[in-house]
Amino acid sequence: MSLMQKHAVFERNSIVLLVGILIVVAIGGLVEIVPLFYLKSTIETVTGMRPYSPLELAGRNIFVREGCYLCHSQMIRPMRDEIERYGHFSLAAESQYDHPFQWGSKRTGPDLARVGGKYSDDWHVAHLTDPRSVVPASVMPGYPFLKEAPLKADRIAEDMKTLRLEGVPYTDEDIANAEADLKAQVNPDGTADELVGRYPKAVVRDFDGNPAKISEMDALVAYLQMLGTLVDFSTYDDKANLR
Amino acid sequence: MVSNRHGATNMTALRAKPLMSLEEIGYTVFLGLLFLYCVLAAGKAVDPGFAFHATLGAIASAAGIFLIVRSYIDRDGRVEPDEINGKPNYNLGPVKFASIAAMFWGIAGFSVGIWIALELAFPLLNLDLPWTTFGRMRPLHTSAVIFAFGGNVLLATSFYVVQRTSRARMPGLVTPWFVILGYNMFIVIAGTGYLLGIGQSKEYAEPEWYADLWLTIVWVAYLLIFLATLWRRKEPHIYVANWFYLAFIVTIAMLHIVNNAAVPVSFFGSKSYVVWAGVQDAMVQWWYGHNAVGFFLTAGFLAIMYYFVPKRANRPVYSYRLSIIHFWALIFLYIWAGPHHLHYTALPEWASTLGMVFSVMLWMPSWGGMINGLMTLSGAWDKLRTDPVLRLLVVSVAFYGMSTFEGPLMSVKAVNSLSHYTDWTIGHVHSGALGWVGYVSFGALYCMVPWIWGKRDVYSLKLVDWHFWISTLGIVLYITSMWVSGIMQGLMWRAYTELGFLQYSFVETVEAMHPYYVIRAMGGILFLIGALIMAFNLYMTIRHGEAEKPAADVALAPAE
Amino acid sequence: MDFSYEQVAVFAQQSGLLYFFLIFAAICVYALWPKNKAKFDHAAQIPLEED
Repeated sequence: MSLMQKHAVFERNSIVLLVGILIVVAIGGLVEIVPLFYLKSTIETVTGMRPYSPLELAGRNIFVREGCYLCHSQMIRPMRDEIERYGHFSLAAESQYDHPFQWGSKRTGPDLARVGGKYSDDWHVAHLTDPRSVVPASVMPGYPFLKEAPLKADRIAEDMKTLRLEGVPYTDEDIANAEADLKAQVNPDGTADELVGRYPKAVVRDFDGNPAKISEMDALVAYLQMLGTLVDFSTYDDKANLR
Repeated sequence: MVSNRHGATNMTALRAKPLMSLEEIGYTVFLGLLFLYCVLAAGKAVDPGFAFHATLGAIASAAGIFLIVRSYIDRDGRVEPDEINGKPNYNLGPVKFASIAAMFWGIAGFSVGIWIALELAFPLLNLDLPWTTFGRMRPLHTSAVIFAFGGNVLLATSFYVVQRTSRARMPGLVTPWFVILGYNMFIVIAGTGYLLGIGQSKEYAEPEWYADLWLTIVWVAYLLIFLATLWRRKEPHIYVANWFYLAFIVTIAMLHIVNNAAVPVSFFGSKSYVVWAGVQDAMVQWWYGHNAVGFFLTAGFLAIMYYFVPKRANRPVYSYRLSIIHFWALIFLYIWAGPHHLHYTALPEWASTLGMVFSVMLWMPSWGGMINGLMTLSGAWDKLRTDPVLRLLVVSVAFYGMSTFEGPLMSVKAVNSLSHYTDWTIGHVHSGALGWVGYVSFGALYCMVPWIWGKRDVYSLKLVDWHFWISTLGIVLYITSMWVSGIMQGLMWRAYTELGFLQYSFVETVEAMHPYYVIRAMGGILFLIGALIMAFNLYMTIRHGEAEKPAADVALAPAE
Repeated sequence: MDFSYEQVAVFAQQSGLLYFFLIFAAICVYALWPKNKAKFDHAAQIPLEED
């Protein structure tokens, strides 16, 4: 039995309704979304912004996997209390390589847009493992399993290739060295000159305090420690990027 | 699996049965190919979560093929007639399934909601396990209540309403079942994925690329079967409830596809990267997110209001003309409102202003619709005292009015600067979700379950009354506690001492929330108790309800 | 692309206003057109009339 048993041609009223609905609902989205791909304030790059290093990207993927954005925003609004509490208000360019964006909509915990460098690695590891050991009133879940889980590093180049397809400017060299760069960033005893050359300001440390293995904790802490550290606001001109 | 189909055709050839219909063959081939891909993917999977889902997919597609072939053999060349004794022979099997599924997912979703509410009050409940952390459980809660509970209510009622108002049987042997079962399969894939850590962290659009792709296929089938039923209708005019259903189906398709556009890292792995980035992704996300509210949770459920309120009150809608203006004004204004989720962010100010202006304007059609629903009762207000089902429906419309007043208020930038990032938002969502979506769904199910199972009325109206009062108390606890905690949070964050320092550290604001989180969880528990009473009541209705006087169309509903 | 932000904004605001006004007027005309009244009155009865 065919779907169109009775009507050889599409029935008129329902199609008029269908097309009417489509036109009405398409316009709003187009007007609000399309200009964002052309406006100066939403596409301009800011000095210091770069794609994530392989280790940071792996850490970001853990952040995404665990749904951290449900309680932690990464978007500082330009209000006095927020700027004093969290730092300079967030710029569009600071999330330009974020697929997907993680601005969040709820602050059950504090904003993380500029958490990088505010706490020590040890603090982060202790806090992620058992939040109430360092912040007694915290309601955050503990993530003790991150220290135990080895980071899957062998496929990170594939992730970077996918992102390059979507416009993140990873070079052939970045991709060829992805796994090596990832390992170099957790090895403070090796030479990380190449890594830092490709990803300026990349922090090279053994983040989780266990040099014997690269854990998911290493990656997540590396990501948290770089958040909001790329743009140098002592030289950034707020007025230059209006509109 | 293709060989399976040949086997079946050969067998039937021996018995000289007519061949499978094109529709059956099409679905069998499609599911067969899907089965092959799933088996391949399970073998080559790069992560265990994907292997698990591929296995589930293989089992489900094999089961689908089995069901198609079995029903083909069982029907023995016959097809359900479109009419019996001049009356339409409605296809109610899928409606029944979706109604029960809605009740099941509702209880599951409310329970998970209580669990995560308690996690915020007592963080030990996160259990230090990956699967039970708040971050993985919250998408499970939101998807279970919005997409699983709400979605099944919408599927069930839309299949029912479009057939009744068209006075025609829904066409298709397989498609109606494919839509219902396929949709619930999507829920299973999405929900298990969250617990396993598979998700793209886009709010209300967490499922990964393959679940999104599957939903797209199901949704296209849904649109086609809905239109095909409309095409069989007996009169030229399409009843307005179907306008709302159609807008819901079409717009959700558009939003879903654009927001979830992603490139998988591997076709044999779960991880993908959404194509949008940063500020563009934020705009696309909230264009999607707000219109998921507008078209899934509003337009779809308004369709329910426009059918079930008149039907239950046994009087036509207050003003049909107003319903037309309501429809166009609502869908036209809603689509612009998304940027109000991004006030004071890096989104350009003109966009957020546009979002605010349209959100405020949206108040008018929303209240137009509310008035239309409420005034349908004019001259029959006494029924509210005697019929708790009608009361559920009417109170849902009142809650709709309340949350569509609160929404525009919160979209005003000055208010939003306080309310954004706080529990006020959570309270607002729940006044809409529990009060409007929940109650209108409960009301519709209380009406529809007796109708489709051929019962005179629901098993016990007394229990409906209990359900109503218990869950109303729950909602009141929920939204008042969230108002207090949300506004308090917002004020504490921006409080300064006389010397000009921030008065509270962040964790002090977290501590202050504790009592309200406990009260909120209690509200949720009451709401769940109400739903459990409802499940019992519906079970008793189906099992032991008093049969309606001989109703040909119901008695002859196809067995499923 | 030699338009200034202001020019684009003014154009967008004016054409937007016109678009909204026209579409709203069209809906109201359709809904309130006297000839359609009988049709709508009948349509309102659809849920109640069924078998």
